Amino acid sequence: MNRYAGDTLSWAVSDGVVELELHRAPANEIGSAMLADLERFAEALPALERDAAALILHSRLDAGFSAGADLRELYHRMIDLGPAERQAQLRTFLERIHAVMNAIDATSLTTIAATRGVVFGGGFELALVCDLIIADKMTRFCFPELRLGLIPGFGGIPRLKRDLGNAVVRDLLLTGRSVNASRAHAIGLVSQLTAEGRSLDAARATARQILKFDRGTSAAAKEFVKPVPRAELAREIELFCELFSRPAVEAGLKRFVESEDAMPYLP
Amino acid sequence: MPSKTEAETLSEVLDLAAAQFQVPRADLSGGDDFFAKLGIDSLKALEMLTRLENHFGVELPDYEMQGVSDFGTLADRIHARL
Repeated sequence: MNRYAGDTLSWAVSDGVVELELHRAPANEIGSAMLADLERFAEALPALERDAAALILHSRLDAGFSAGADLRELYHRMIDLGPAERQAQLRTFLERIHAVMNAIDATSLTTIAATRGVVFGGGFELALVCDLIIADKMTRFCFPELRLGLIPGFGGIPRLKRDLGNAVVRDLLLTGRSVNASRAHAIGLVSQLTAEGRSLDAARATARQILKFDRGTSAAAKEFVKPVPRAELAREIELFCELFSRPAVEAGLKRFVESEDAMPYLP
Repeated sequence: MPSKTEAETLSEVLDLAAAQFQVPRADLSGGDDFFAKLGIDSLKALEMLTRLENHFGVELPDYEMQGVSDFGTLADRIHARL
């Protein structure tokens, strides 16, 4: 399927480049609807790999690339369930999103996240599966999960460890602070920094360069730099489920969901 | 020693906010609650934070910004990192 237009995202192939555009208002929160669309994309990837050499992920929304997991939907879906059913549904959701992340991470396409605005939590994890992150200078990256008593659950810690030095990983994870694109560029997370609103242009220019290379050679190079420890990904799901069962997490989510604070994206 | 005074820092903060939210500069002062005055939400506040970081060349940890809602305090926090 070379073209798809869903409620939360769309993709199309043009001149050897797949462009996957996120457009689920207000800020591309990843809930059940976006997960279903992402699964459609993962299913389509083998066919897309035959017709393209590069993939660009970007957002149509001014708010940014993605604010991460849809915590409001998660809370409302879980609140009325008993502990066992809650754990089962959470685990299923995590296993499904991990499968999508792993598929994009492992694709033979050279992948680029073109970012702006918020790249938070699960949105950050989605960007981390890409080979390159090209950020405009208004981008902010953040793993806010510890503020809720959780850890990143979409494969974020193993991939952050793969890509960055341990001191930087500790800073981002253990403080939960957001960092701007300049800082992210300085620490090696962002490969190219652009002017405001120009990250997609830069990603397209980079994709045109990628198209000049032999596909098999690019794929061979990726084999050396993309492996991520599958045991750590599995352990992350286990830990996330354990932490989620604690009353403090439910209370934190409730506060977040019901908050009328002016900073709801910062739990 | 910062290269500018606290008053200059505040003035630049107000200049940037006026430009970002397209309000008359003369309508803004240090005591204004920027959420109320500008009618902004959290995403717009983050955008303002990023613009300020880019302009002043500093990092402003967002946890230090929680509870900060007036331009004067915001400018003080920036000035402390110049």
